[in-house]
Amino acid sequence: MAKKTKSLNLNFGPQHPAAHGVLRLILELDGEVVEKADPHIGLLHRGTEKLIEQKTYTQALPYFDRLDYVAPMNQEHAFALAAEKLLKIEVPIRAKYIRVIFCEIGRILSHILNVTTQALDVGALTPSLWGFEERETLMTFYERASGSRLHANYFRTGGVHQDIPLKLVEDIDKFCRSFPKIIDDLEGLLTDNRIFKQRNVEIGIVTKQEALDHSFSGVMLRGSGVPWDLRRSQPYEIYNELDFKIPVGKNGDCYDRYLCRIEEMRESVKIILQCIEKLPKGPIKSIDGKISPPNRDDLKQSMEALIHHFKLFTEGYRVPKGNVYSAVEAPKGEFGVYLISDGSNRPYRCKIRAPGFSHLQAMDYLIRGHMLADVPAVLGSLDIVFGEVDR
Amino acid sequence: MLENLKNLEKVINSELSSKVQNSLIENNELLIEIKESELIEVIQFLKSNDKLKFRQLIDIAGVDYPDQEKRFQLVYLFLSHENNIRIKLSVYLETNQIINSITKIFPSANWMEREVFDMYGIKFKNHPDLRRILTDYGFKGHPLRKDFPLTGFNEVRYSEKEKKVIYEPVKLEQNYRNFDFESPWEGTNYSKKITNIDTDGKKN
Repeated sequence: MAKKTKSLNLNFGPQHPAAHGVLRLILELDGEVVEKADPHIGLLHRGTEKLIEQKTYTQALPYFDRLDYVAPMNQEHAFALAAEKLLKIEVPIRAKYIRVIFCEIGRILSHILNVTTQALDVGALTPSLWGFEERETLMTFYERASGSRLHANYFRTGGVHQDIPLKLVEDIDKFCRSFPKIIDDLEGLLTDNRIFKQRNVEIGIVTKQEALDHSFSGVMLRGSGVPWDLRRSQPYEIYNELDFKIPVGKNGDCYDRYLCRIEEMRESVKIILQCIEKLPKGPIKSIDGKISPPNRDDLKQSMEALIHHFKLFTEGYRVPKGNVYSAVEAPKGEFGVYLISDGSNRPYRCKIRAPGFSHLQAMDYLIRGHMLADVPAVLGSLDIVFGEVDR
Repeated sequence: MLENLKNLEKVINSELSSKVQNSLIENNELLIEIKESELIEVIQFLKSNDKLKFRQLIDIAGVDYPDQEKRFQLVYLFLSHENNIRIKLSVYLETNQIINSITKIFPSANWMEREVFDMYGIKFKNHPDLRRILTDYGFKGHPLRKDFPLTGFNEVRYSEKEKKVIYEPVKLEQNYRNFDFESPWEGTNYSKKITNIDTDGKKN
Protein backbone atom coordinates (compact mmCIF):
# COMPACT_ATOMS: atom_id res chain seq x y z
CA MET A 1 0.00 0.00 0.00
CA ALA A 2 1.35 3.37 -0.95
CA LYS A 3 2.00 5.74 1.89
CA LYS A 4 -0.02 8.91 1.88
CA THR A 5 2.22 11.96 1.66
CA LYS A 6 1.36 15.48 2.62
CA SER A 7 3.27 18.52 1.50
CA LEU A 8 4.74 20.67 4.21
CA ASN A 9 4.18 24.41 4.40
CA LEU A 10 7.11 26.42 5.60
CA ASN A 11 7.18 30.07 6.51
CA PHE A 12 10.47 31.60 5.40
CA GLY A 13 10.81 35.02 6.97
CA PRO A 14 9.77 37.80 7.54
CA GLN A 15 12.53 37.66 10.16
CA HIS A 16 15.21 35.64 8.48
CA PRO A 17 18.76 36.79 7.77
CA ALA A 18 18.79 35.22 4.30
CA ALA A 19 15.52 36.87 3.29
CA HIS A 20 17.46 40.13 2.70
CA GLY A 21 14.88 42.17 4.51
CA VAL A 22 11.26 41.65 5.31
CA LEU A 23 10.19 38.99 2.87
CA ARG A 24 7.67 36.42 3.92
CA LEU A 25 8.00 33.45 1.64
CA ILE A 26 5.48 30.65 2.02
CA LEU A 27 7.04 27.49 0.69
CA GLU A 28 5.23 24.28 -0.11
CA LEU A 29 7.68 21.45 0.34
CA ASP A 30 7.69 17.86 -0.71
CA GLY A 31 10.46 16.53 1.45
CA GLU A 32 13.22 18.98 0.70
CA VAL A 33 12.02 19.89 -2.76
CA VAL A 34 10.16 23.15 -3.18
CA GLU A 35 6.85 22.70 -5.00
CA LYS A 36 5.57 26.23 -4.77
CA ALA A 37 6.73 29.55 -3.42
CA ASP A 38 4.36 32.38 -2.60
CA PRO A 39 6.19 35.58 -1.68
CA HIS A 40 4.22 37.91 0.55
CA ILE A 41 5.58 41.40 0.16
CA GLY A 42 4.53 44.80 1.37
CA LEU A 43 5.86 44.53 4.91
CA LEU A 44 8.00 47.57 4.22
CA HIS A 45 5.35 49.44 2.25
CA ARG A 46 5.52 53.13 3.16
CA GLY A 47 3.26 54.61 0.52
CA THR A 48 6.06 56.49 -1.23
CA GLU A 49 3.97 57.16 -4.32
CA LYS A 50 1.11 58.58 -2.27
CA LEU A 51 3.48 60.77 -0.27
CA ILE A 52 5.14 62.12 -3.39
CA GLU A 53 1.75 63.28 -4.68
CA GLN A 54 1.54 65.58 -1.64
CA LYS A 55 5.02 67.07 -1.89
CA THR A 56 6.71 69.53 -4.16
CA TYR A 57 9.26 68.23 -6.61
CA THR A 58 12.18 69.23 -4.38
CA GLN A 59 10.60 67.53 -1.39
CA ALA A 60 9.86 64.38 -3.37
CA LEU A 61 13.49 63.70 -4.15
CA PRO A 62 14.63 62.36 -0.74
CA TYR A 63 12.00 59.61 -0.95
CA PHE A 64 14.01 58.07 -3.73
CA ASP A 65 17.01 57.54 -1.46
CA ARG A 66 14.82 55.37 0.67
CA LEU A 67 13.77 53.01 -2.10
CA ASP A 68 16.86 51.02 -2.90
CA TYR A 69 18.86 52.24 0.07
CA VAL A 70 21.92 50.34 -1.11
CA ALA A 71 22.47 52.65 -4.08
CA PRO A 72 20.53 55.82 -3.24
CA MET A 73 21.78 58.22 -5.88
CA ASN A 74 20.85 56.03 -8.82
CA GLN A 75 17.20 56.35 -7.86
CA GLU A 76 17.40 60.12 -7.42
CA HIS A 77 18.84 60.20 -10.88
CA ALA A 78 15.75 58.68 -12.49
CA PHE A 79 13.47 61.21 -10.83
CA ALA A 80 15.73 64.15 -11.65
CA LEU A 81 15.85 63.05 -15.30
CA ALA A 82 12.07 62.75 -15.47
CA ALA A 83 11.52 66.22 -14.04
CA GLU A 84 14.18 67.68 -16.33
CA LYS A 85 12.52 66.09 -19.33
CA LEU A 86 9.22 67.74 -18.47
CA LEU A 87 10.83 71.09 -17.69
CA LYS A 88 13.00 70.82 -20.80
CA ILE A 89 16.13 72.13 -19.07
CA GLU A 90 19.75 71.36 -19.81
CA VAL A 91 22.09 70.11 -17.12
CA PRO A 92 25.57 71.67 -17.11
CA ILE A 93 28.34 69.38 -18.26
CA ARG A 94 30.20 69.27 -14.94
CA ALA A 95 27.02 68.18 -13.16
CA LYS A 96 26.62 65.36 -15.65
CA TYR A 97 30.09 64.08 -14.87
CA ILE A 98 29.55 64.33 -11.13
CA ARG A 99 26.27 62.47 -11.48
CA VAL A 100 27.90 59.68 -13.44
CA ILE A 101 30.72 59.37 -10.90
CA PHE A 102 28.27 58.98 -8.04
CA CYS A 103 25.97 56.66 -9.96
CA GLU A 104 28.88 54.35 -10.61
CA ILE A 105 29.92 54.56 -6.97
CA GLY A 106 26.35 53.52 -6.21
CA ARG A 107 26.69 50.59 -8.57
CA ILE A 108 29.85 49.42 -6.81
CA LEU A 109 28.16 49.88 -3.42
CA SER A 110 25.24 47.75 -4.48
CA HIS A 111 27.26 45.04 -6.19
CA ILE A 112 29.68 44.68 -3.28
CA LEU A 113 26.76 44.19 -0.94
CA ASN A 114 25.07 41.72 -3.24
CA VAL A 115 28.08 39.61 -4.13
CA THR A 116 29.30 39.34 -0.56
CA THR A 117 25.91 38.61 0.99
CA GLN A 118 25.24 36.05 -1.68
CA ALA A 119 28.46 34.39 -0.55
CA LEU A 120 27.30 34.76 3.04
CA ASP A 121 24.02 33.03 2.20
CA VAL A 122 25.86 29.99 0.90
CA GLY A 123 28.27 29.86 3.79
CA ALA A 124 31.24 32.18 3.22
CA LEU A 125 31.71 34.87 5.85
CA THR A 126 35.01 36.48 4.90
CA PRO A 127 33.96 38.23 1.65
CA SER A 128 31.35 40.28 3.44
CA LEU A 129 33.86 41.44 6.03
CA TRP A 130 36.27 42.54 3.32
CA GLY A 131 33.56 44.02 1.15
CA PHE A 132 31.96 46.10 3.87
CA GLU A 133 35.23 47.85 4.57
CA GLU A 134 35.23 49.13 0.99
CA ARG A 135 31.58 50.11 1.22
CA GLU A 136 32.46 52.18 4.23
CA THR A 137 35.07 54.08 2.21
CA LEU A 138 32.59 54.65 -0.59
CA MET A 139 29.99 55.90 1.81
CA THR A 140 32.42 58.48 3.15
CA PHE A 141 32.60 59.77 -0.45
CA TYR A 142 28.83 60.10 -0.35
CA GLU A 143 29.15 61.90 2.95
CA ARG A 144 31.79 64.30 1.74
CA ALA A 145 29.71 65.27 -1.27
CA SER A 146 26.24 65.39 0.24
CA GLY A 147 26.63 65.40 4.01
CA SER A 148 25.13 61.99 4.66
CA ARG A 149 26.37 58.48 4.21
CA LEU A 150 23.18 56.87 3.03
CA HIS A 151 20.28 59.14 2.26
CA ALA A 152 22.21 61.56 0.18
CA ASN A 153 19.54 63.84 -1.32
CA TYR A 154 22.30 65.16 -3.52
CA PHE A 155 20.88 65.30 -7.06
CA ARG A 156 18.63 68.17 -7.97
CA THR A 157 16.47 68.92 -10.94
CA GLY A 158 18.94 70.70 -13.17
CA GLY A 159 22.16 69.45 -11.61
CA VAL A 160 23.49 68.50 -8.22
CA HIS A 161 23.29 70.23 -4.87
CA GLN A 162 26.90 71.27 -4.32
CA ASP A 163 30.19 71.12 -6.10
CA ILE A 164 32.66 68.47 -5.01
CA PRO A 165 36.04 69.58 -3.64
CA LEU A 166 39.25 68.72 -5.45
CA LYS A 167 40.52 66.66 -2.53
CA LEU A 168 37.47 64.41 -2.80
CA VAL A 169 38.12 63.86 -6.50
CA GLU A 170 41.72 62.90 -5.68
CA ASP A 171 40.56 60.46 -3.01
CA ILE A 172 38.02 58.83 -5.32
CA ASP A 173 40.80 58.50 -7.87
CA LYS A 174 43.06 56.88 -5.27
CA PHE A 175 40.29 54.48 -4.30
CA CYS A 176 39.68 53.50 -7.92
CA ARG A 177 43.32 52.59 -8.34
CA SER A 178 43.37 50.36 -5.27
CA PHE A 179 39.91 48.83 -5.59
CA PRO A 180 40.56 46.37 -8.47
CA LYS A 181 42.99 44.61 -6.12
CA ILE A 182 40.13 44.10 -3.67
CA ILE A 183 37.94 42.68 -6.44
CA ASP A 184 40.78 40.26 -7.25
CA ASP A 185 40.89 39.24 -3.60
CA LEU A 186 37.13 38.66 -3.52
CA GLU A 187 37.34 36.67 -6.71
CA GLY A 188 40.19 34.64 -5.24
CA LEU A 189 37.89 33.67 -2.41
CA LEU A 190 34.84 32.89 -4.51
CA THR A 191 35.19 32.44 -8.25
CA ASP A 192 36.92 29.07 -8.21
CA ASN A 193 35.77 28.10 -4.77
CA ARG A 194 34.38 24.55 -4.93
CA ILE A 195 31.60 25.09 -2.41
CA PHE A 196 30.55 28.41 -3.91
CA LYS A 197 30.34 26.84 -7.35
CA GLN A 198 28.43 23.81 -6.12
CA ARG A 199 25.86 26.09 -4.59
CA ASN A 200 25.49 28.43 -7.56
CA VAL A 201 26.30 26.77 -10.87
CA GLU A 202 23.14 25.64 -12.68
CA ILE A 203 20.91 26.93 -9.91
CA GLY A 204 18.03 29.23 -10.80
CA ILE A 205 18.52 29.11 -14.56
CA VAL A 206 16.69 31.76 -16.60
CA THR A 207 16.50 31.42 -20.36
CA LYS A 208 16.50 34.42 -22.68
CA GLN A 209 12.80 34.10 -23.44
CA GLU A 210 11.84 33.72 -19.80
CA ALA A 211 13.90 36.74 -18.86
CA LEU A 212 11.97 38.83 -21.38
CA ASP A 213 8.57 37.43 -20.42
CA HIS A 214 9.16 38.12 -16.75
CA SER A 215 10.20 41.75 -17.33
CA PHE A 216 13.72 41.14 -16.11
CA SER A 217 16.29 43.87 -16.50
CA GLY A 218 19.83 44.64 -15.51
CA VAL A 219 22.07 41.76 -14.48
CA MET A 220 19.15 39.33 -14.43
CA LEU A 221 18.68 39.95 -18.15
CA ARG A 222 22.36 40.16 -19.08
CA GLY A 223 23.16 37.01 -17.10
CA SER A 224 20.88 35.18 -19.51
CA GLY A 225 22.74 36.44 -22.54
CA VAL A 226 20.71 39.46 -23.61
CA PRO A 227 23.12 42.30 -24.32
CA TRP A 228 20.98 45.12 -23.01
CA ASP A 229 22.16 48.00 -20.89
CA LEU A 230 20.37 51.35 -20.84
CA ARG A 231 23.69 53.15 -20.44
CA ARG A 232 24.61 51.84 -23.89
CA SER A 233 21.31 51.43 -25.73
CA GLN A 234 19.51 54.56 -24.56
CA PRO A 235 22.40 56.63 -23.26
CA TYR A 236 21.67 59.41 -20.82
CA GLU A 237 24.05 62.01 -19.39
CA ILE A 238 27.50 61.40 -20.87
CA TYR A 239 27.56 57.63 -21.09
CA ASN A 240 27.92 57.68 -24.87
CA GLU A 241 31.26 59.48 -24.51
CA LEU A 242 32.70 56.88 -22.18
CA ASP A 243 34.44 53.67 -22.99
CA PHE A 244 33.14 50.67 -21.10
CA LYS A 245 32.10 47.09 -21.72
CA ILE A 246 28.83 45.36 -20.94
CA PRO A 247 29.48 41.93 -19.44
CA VAL A 248 26.97 39.34 -20.63
CA GLY A 249 26.40 35.89 -19.15
CA LYS A 250 25.94 32.63 -20.96
CA ASN A 251 23.96 30.17 -18.88
CA GLY A 252 21.66 32.48 -16.93
CA ASP A 253 22.32 30.76 -13.60
CA CYS A 254 23.24 32.26 -10.24
CA TYR A 255 26.93 31.84 -10.93
CA ASP A 256 26.80 33.79 -14.21
CA ARG A 257 24.98 36.59 -12.51
CA TYR A 258 27.69 36.68 -9.87
CA LEU A 259 30.35 36.89 -12.59
CA CYS A 260 28.46 39.70 -14.34
CA ARG A 261 28.34 41.72 -11.15
CA ILE A 262 32.06 41.27 -10.53
CA GLU A 263 32.85 42.40 -14.08
CA GLU A 264 30.46 45.35 -13.79
CA MET A 265 32.34 46.57 -10.75
CA ARG A 266 35.56 46.59 -12.78
CA GLU A 267 33.81 48.50 -15.56
CA SER A 268 32.40 50.99 -13.08
CA VAL A 269 35.89 51.68 -11.77
CA LYS A 270 37.00 52.38 -15.34
CA ILE A 271 34.07 54.72 -15.89
CA ILE A 272 34.85 56.67 -12.73
CA LEU A 273 38.51 57.01 -13.70
CA GLN A 274 37.55 58.31 -17.14
CA CYS A 275 35.13 60.80 -15.61
CA ILE A 276 37.75 62.05 -13.17
CA GLU A 277 40.21 62.50 -15.97
CA LYS A 278 37.76 64.46 -18.11
CA LEU A 279 35.95 66.28 -15.28
CA PRO A 280 35.40 69.79 -16.66
CA LYS A 281 35.09 73.00 -14.69
CA GLY A 282 31.93 75.06 -14.61
CA PRO A 283 28.55 75.38 -12.93
CA ILE A 284 27.03 72.33 -11.24
CA LYS A 285 23.37 73.24 -11.52
CA SER A 286 21.10 74.86 -14.03
CA ILE A 287 21.50 78.63 -14.19
CA ASP A 288 17.75 79.04 -14.46
CA GLY A 289 16.88 80.97 -11.29
CA LYS A 290 13.30 79.72 -11.39
CA ILE A 291 14.45 76.15 -10.87
CA SER A 292 17.74 76.00 -9.02
CA PRO A 293 18.18 77.96 -5.82
CA PRO A 294 20.62 80.89 -5.65
CA ASN A 295 23.98 80.85 -3.91
CA ARG A 296 24.12 81.62 -0.21
CA ASP A 297 26.33 84.67 -0.86
CA ASP A 298 23.84 86.21 -3.25
CA LEU A 299 21.08 86.07 -0.65
CA LYS A 300 22.72 88.89 1.32
CA GLN A 301 23.19 91.11 -1.71
CA SER A 302 20.48 90.48 -4.24
CA MET A 303 16.78 91.06 -3.69
CA GLU A 304 15.93 88.83 -6.60
CA ALA A 305 17.96 85.94 -5.21
CA LEU A 306 16.12 86.28 -1.92
CA ILE A 307 12.74 86.18 -3.63
CA HIS A 308 13.74 83.16 -5.68
CA HIS A 309 15.02 81.40 -2.60
CA PHE A 310 11.80 82.04 -0.73
CA LYS A 311 9.57 80.97 -3.59
CA LEU A 312 11.60 77.85 -4.37
CA PHE A 313 11.52 76.55 -0.83
CA THR A 314 7.86 77.25 -0.18
CA GLU A 315 5.98 76.93 -3.41
CA GLY A 316 8.66 75.13 -5.37
CA TYR A 317 8.79 75.25 -9.13
CA ARG A 318 5.90 74.41 -11.38
CA VAL A 319 6.33 71.72 -13.96
CA PRO A 320 4.51 71.96 -17.29
CA LYS A 321 1.61 69.64 -17.97
CA GLY A 322 2.51 66.30 -19.46
CA ASN A 323 3.63 62.79 -18.75
CA VAL A 324 7.00 61.24 -19.12
CA TYR A 325 8.75 57.95 -18.45
CA SER A 326 12.44 58.06 -17.77
CA ALA A 327 14.59 55.12 -16.83
CA VAL A 328 18.15 54.62 -15.68
CA GLU A 329 20.29 51.55 -15.45
CA ALA A 330 20.33 51.16 -11.67
CA PRO A 331 22.58 48.43 -10.22
CA LYS A 332 19.61 46.12 -9.93
CA GLY A 333 18.13 46.77 -13.34
CA GLU A 334 15.92 49.27 -15.07
CA PHE A 335 14.68 51.75 -12.52
CA GLY A 336 12.04 53.98 -14.03
CA VAL A 337 9.85 56.86 -13.02
CA TYR A 338 6.58 57.52 -14.79
CA LEU A 339 5.71 61.07 -13.91
CA ILE A 340 2.44 62.84 -14.64
CA SER A 341 2.30 66.56 -14.05
CA ASP A 342 -0.87 68.63 -14.04
CA GLY A 343 1.04 71.88 -14.29
CA SER A 344 1.16 72.53 -10.55
CA ASN A 345 4.08 72.42 -8.13
CA ARG A 346 3.41 68.79 -7.14
CA PRO A 347 3.50 65.63 -9.22
CA TYR A 348 -0.02 64.45 -10.03
CA ARG A 349 1.16 60.87 -10.15
CA CYS A 350 4.58 59.33 -9.80
CA LYS A 351 4.74 55.64 -10.61
CA ILE A 352 7.99 54.03 -9.60
CA ARG A 353 9.14 51.09 -11.64
CA ALA A 354 11.38 49.04 -9.38
CA PRO A 355 13.42 46.26 -10.96
CA GLY A 356 13.29 44.10 -7.84
CA PHE A 357 9.50 43.90 -8.04
CA SER A 358 9.53 41.94 -11.29
CA HIS A 359 12.52 39.89 -10.22
CA LEU A 360 10.93 38.74 -7.00
CA GLN A 361 7.75 37.94 -8.88
CA ALA A 362 9.62 35.24 -10.77
CA MET A 363 10.71 33.60 -7.51
CA ASP A 364 7.96 31.00 -7.74
CA TYR A 365 8.99 29.76 -11.13
CA LEU A 366 12.73 30.04 -10.43
CA ILE A 367 12.64 27.94 -7.30
CA ARG A 368 10.17 25.28 -8.33
CA GLY A 369 11.86 21.86 -8.23
CA HIS A 370 14.91 23.15 -6.41
CA MET A 371 15.94 22.13 -2.91
CA LEU A 372 15.09 24.19 0.13
CA ALA A 373 18.77 25.04 0.57
CA ASP A 374 18.77 26.71 -2.85
CA VAL A 375 16.20 29.28 -1.79
CA PRO A 376 18.74 31.65 -0.21
CA ALA A 377 21.13 31.19 -3.14
CA VAL A 378 18.48 32.13 -5.71
CA LEU A 379 17.12 34.92 -3.56
CA GLY A 380 20.64 36.27 -3.14
CA SER A 381 21.32 36.30 -6.86
CA LEU A 382 18.05 38.13 -7.58
CA ASP A 383 19.51 41.09 -5.70
CA ILE A 384 16.40 42.03 -3.79
CA VAL A 385 16.17 45.11 -1.61
CA PHE A 386 12.83 45.59 0.05
CA GLY A 387 12.93 49.33 0.05
CA GLU A 388 12.27 49.31 -3.67
CA VAL A 389 10.12 46.19 -3.93
CA ASP A 390 7.60 47.45 -1.38
CA ARG A 391 8.02 51.16 -2.04
CA MET B 1 14.97 58.60 -32.22
CA LEU B 2 12.14 60.94 -33.13
CA GLU B 3 12.11 59.60 -36.65
CA ASN B 4 11.74 56.08 -35.31
CA LEU B 5 8.82 57.23 -33.22
CA LYS B 6 7.10 58.83 -36.19
CA ASN B 7 7.55 55.65 -38.19
CA LEU B 8 6.23 53.64 -35.32
CA GLU B 9 3.20 55.88 -35.04
CA LYS B 10 2.57 55.49 -38.75
CA VAL B 11 2.81 51.69 -38.61
CA ILE B 12 0.49 51.47 -35.65
CA ASN B 13 -2.02 53.88 -37.11
CA SER B 14 -2.15 52.02 -40.41
CA GLU B 15 -2.33 48.53 -38.92
CA LEU B 16 -4.66 49.30 -36.07
CA SER B 17 -6.46 52.27 -37.58
CA SER B 18 -9.90 51.44 -36.19
CA LYS B 19 -8.63 50.66 -32.72
CA VAL B 20 -6.45 53.66 -32.04
CA GLN B 21 -8.47 56.48 -30.54
CA ASN B 22 -5.67 58.93 -30.19
CA SER B 23 -1.92 58.98 -30.64
CA LEU B 24 0.46 61.58 -29.40
CA ILE B 25 4.22 62.15 -29.51
CA GLU B 26 5.35 64.21 -26.56
CA ASN B 27 8.76 64.54 -24.91
CA ASN B 28 10.14 61.99 -27.36
CA GLU B 29 7.63 59.39 -26.26
CA LEU B 30 4.66 57.87 -28.02
CA LEU B 31 1.34 57.50 -26.22
CA ILE B 32 -1.46 55.52 -27.81
CA GLU B 33 -4.98 55.62 -26.46
CA ILE B 34 -7.23 52.66 -27.10
CA LYS B 35 -10.60 51.28 -25.99
CA GLU B 36 -10.47 48.91 -23.05
CA SER B 37 -12.42 46.24 -24.95
CA GLU B 38 -9.67 45.95 -27.52
CA LEU B 39 -6.77 45.83 -25.07
CA ILE B 40 -5.94 42.15 -25.53
CA GLU B 41 -5.90 42.33 -29.33
CA VAL B 42 -3.74 45.44 -29.40
CA ILE B 43 -1.20 44.09 -26.93
CA GLN B 44 -1.07 40.77 -28.74
CA PHE B 45 -0.42 42.69 -31.94
CA LEU B 46 2.33 44.83 -30.38
CA LYS B 47 4.05 41.75 -29.05
CA SER B 48 3.84 39.50 -32.07
CA ASN B 49 4.17 41.93 -34.99
CA ASP B 50 7.53 41.48 -36.71
CA LYS B 51 8.09 45.18 -37.20
CA LEU B 52 7.30 46.19 -33.64
CA LYS B 53 8.42 43.34 -31.34
CA PHE B 54 7.39 44.85 -28.04
CA ARG B 55 8.49 41.78 -26.15
CA GLN B 56 8.75 43.27 -22.70
CA LEU B 57 6.16 44.76 -20.40
CA ILE B 58 7.88 47.36 -18.26
CA ASP B 59 5.12 48.45 -15.95
CA ILE B 60 1.43 49.14 -15.50
CA ALA B 61 0.61 52.47 -13.91
CA GLY B 62 -2.82 53.38 -12.63
CA VAL B 63 -3.93 57.00 -12.46
CA ASP B 64 -6.99 58.42 -10.75
CA TYR B 65 -8.90 61.41 -12.14
CA PRO B 66 -11.87 61.77 -9.76
CA ASP B 67 -13.49 64.54 -11.80
CA GLN B 68 -13.65 62.66 -15.06
CA GLU B 69 -16.52 60.47 -16.11
CA LYS B 70 -14.07 57.71 -16.92
CA ARG B 71 -12.28 57.97 -13.65
CA PHE B 72 -9.32 55.62 -13.94
CA GLN B 73 -6.54 55.49 -16.46
CA LEU B 74 -4.22 52.56 -16.93
CA VAL B 75 -0.93 53.17 -18.67
CA TYR B 76 0.92 50.13 -19.99
CA LEU B 77 4.60 50.70 -20.72
CA PHE B 78 6.30 48.46 -23.24
CA LEU B 79 9.85 48.13 -24.46
CA SER B 80 11.18 46.60 -27.65
CA HIS B 81 14.78 45.50 -27.27
CA GLU B 82 15.19 44.77 -30.97
CA ASN B 83 14.08 48.22 -32.10
CA ASN B 84 15.28 50.02 -28.98
CA ILE B 85 12.00 51.85 -28.63
CA ARG B 86 9.34 52.37 -26.00
CA ILE B 87 5.61 52.82 -26.23
CA LYS B 88 2.88 53.83 -23.79
CA LEU B 89 -0.61 52.43 -24.10
CA SER B 90 -3.40 54.18 -22.29
CA VAL B 91 -6.88 52.95 -21.41
CA TYR B 92 -9.65 54.82 -19.57
CA LEU B 93 -12.04 53.04 -17.24
CA GLU B 94 -15.17 53.92 -15.31
CA THR B 95 -15.48 53.10 -11.61
CA ASN B 96 -16.31 49.40 -11.13
CA GLN B 97 -15.52 48.62 -14.74
CA ILE B 98 -13.69 45.33 -15.17
CA ILE B 99 -10.79 45.05 -17.58
CA ASN B 100 -9.20 41.99 -19.15
CA SER B 101 -6.03 40.71 -17.55
CA ILE B 102 -3.00 40.39 -19.80
CA THR B 103 -1.25 37.74 -17.70
CA LYS B 104 -1.71 35.24 -20.55
CA ILE B 105 0.43 37.39 -22.85
CA PHE B 106 2.91 38.72 -20.29
CA PRO B 107 3.29 36.57 -17.16
CA SER B 108 4.95 39.48 -15.39
CA ALA B 109 1.65 41.39 -15.51
CA ASN B 110 0.50 39.23 -12.61
CA TRP B 111 1.93 41.31 -9.76
CA MET B 112 1.57 44.58 -11.62
CA GLU B 113 -2.17 44.01 -11.97
CA ARG B 114 -2.37 42.94 -8.36
CA GLU B 115 -0.72 46.21 -7.41
CA VAL B 116 -3.18 48.22 -9.49
CA PHE B 117 -6.04 46.29 -7.90
CA ASP B 118 -4.61 46.94 -4.45
CA MET B 119 -4.01 50.64 -4.99
CA TYR B 120 -7.04 51.58 -7.12
CA GLY B 121 -9.55 48.75 -6.75
CA ILE B 122 -9.66 48.05 -10.48
CA LYS B 123 -10.64 44.44 -11.08
CA PHE B 124 -9.09 42.26 -13.76
CA LYS B 125 -10.96 39.51 -15.58
CA ASN B 126 -9.23 36.12 -15.84
CA HIS B 127 -6.46 37.05 -13.45
CA PRO B 128 -5.12 33.87 -11.80
CA ASP B 129 -4.67 35.27 -8.31
CA LEU B 130 -6.12 38.71 -7.69
CA ARG B 131 -5.17 39.40 -4.08
CA ARG B 132 -3.86 42.49 -2.38
CA ILE B 133 -0.10 42.73 -2.60
CA LEU B 134 1.48 45.73 -0.91
CA THR B 135 -0.99 46.67 1.81
CA ASP B 136 -1.55 44.91 5.12
CA TYR B 137 -3.52 41.69 5.55
CA GLY B 138 -7.17 42.66 5.94
CA PHE B 139 -6.62 46.22 4.73
CA LYS B 140 -9.68 48.15 3.60
CA GLY B 141 -9.77 50.84 0.92
CA HIS B 142 -7.55 51.67 -2.03
CA PRO B 143 -4.77 54.04 -0.94
CA LEU B 144 -3.75 55.64 -4.20
CA ARG B 145 -7.23 56.90 -5.01
CA LYS B 146 -7.28 60.65 -4.68
CA ASP B 147 -10.12 60.51 -2.12
CA PHE B 148 -8.09 58.30 0.26
CA PRO B 149 -6.55 60.48 2.99
CA LEU B 150 -2.78 60.58 3.23
CA THR B 151 -2.87 59.64 6.90
CA GLY B 152 -5.10 56.63 6.28
CA PHE B 153 -7.82 55.42 8.63
CA ASN B 154 -6.18 52.99 11.02
CA GLU B 155 -2.96 52.92 12.97
CA VAL B 156 -1.20 49.93 14.44
CA ARG B 157 0.50 49.54 17.78
CA TYR B 158 1.47 46.89 20.27
CA SER B 159 -0.82 46.96 23.25
CA GLU B 160 0.91 46.14 26.51
CA LYS B 161 -2.46 45.45 28.10
CA GLU B 162 -3.77 43.01 25.57
CA LYS B 163 -0.31 41.62 24.74
CA LYS B 164 -0.94 41.81 21.02
CA VAL B 165 -0.83 44.15 18.07
CA ILE B 166 -4.01 46.19 17.80
CA TYR B 167 -5.59 48.45 15.18
CA GLU B 168 -7.08 51.80 16.18
CA PRO B 169 -8.48 54.77 14.29
CA VAL B 170 -5.76 57.32 13.52
CA LYS B 171 -5.24 59.89 16.24
CA LEU B 172 -2.84 62.71 15.42
CA GLU B 173 -1.48 65.30 17.83
CA GLN B 174 -1.86 67.80 15.05
CA ASN B 175 -4.04 67.46 11.98
CA TYR B 176 -2.32 66.92 8.69
CA ARG B 177 -1.81 70.33 7.12
CA ASN B 178 -2.00 70.71 3.42
CA PHE B 179 -0.18 73.92 2.60
CA ASP B 180 -1.45 75.42 -0.58
CA PHE B 181 1.38 77.65 -1.70
CA GLU B 182 -0.25 78.53 -4.95
CA SER B 183 -2.72 80.86 -3.24
CA PRO B 184 -0.77 82.08 -0.24
CA TRP B 185 -3.42 84.35 1.28
CA GLU B 186 -6.10 81.78 1.97
CA GLY B 187 -4.54 80.32 5.10
CA THR B 188 -4.00 76.68 5.93
CA ASN B 189 -6.21 73.88 4.72
CA TYR B 190 -6.79 71.40 7.52
CA SER B 191 -7.77 67.98 6.32
CA LYS B 192 -10.54 67.88 8.91
CA LYS B 193 -12.51 71.09 8.65
CA ILE B 194 -13.19 72.72 11.99
CA THR B 195 -16.56 74.39 11.74
CA ASN B 196 -17.95 76.48 14.53
CA ILE B 197 -21.58 77.33 14.46
CA ASP B 198 -22.41 80.64 16.05
CA THR B 199 -25.51 81.29 18.03
CA ASP B 200 -27.20 82.95 15.11
CA GLY B 201 -26.63 79.88 12.97
CA LYS B 202 -23.88 81.40 10.80
CA LYS B 203 -21.00 79.20 9.84
CA ASN B 204 -17.56 80.63 10.33
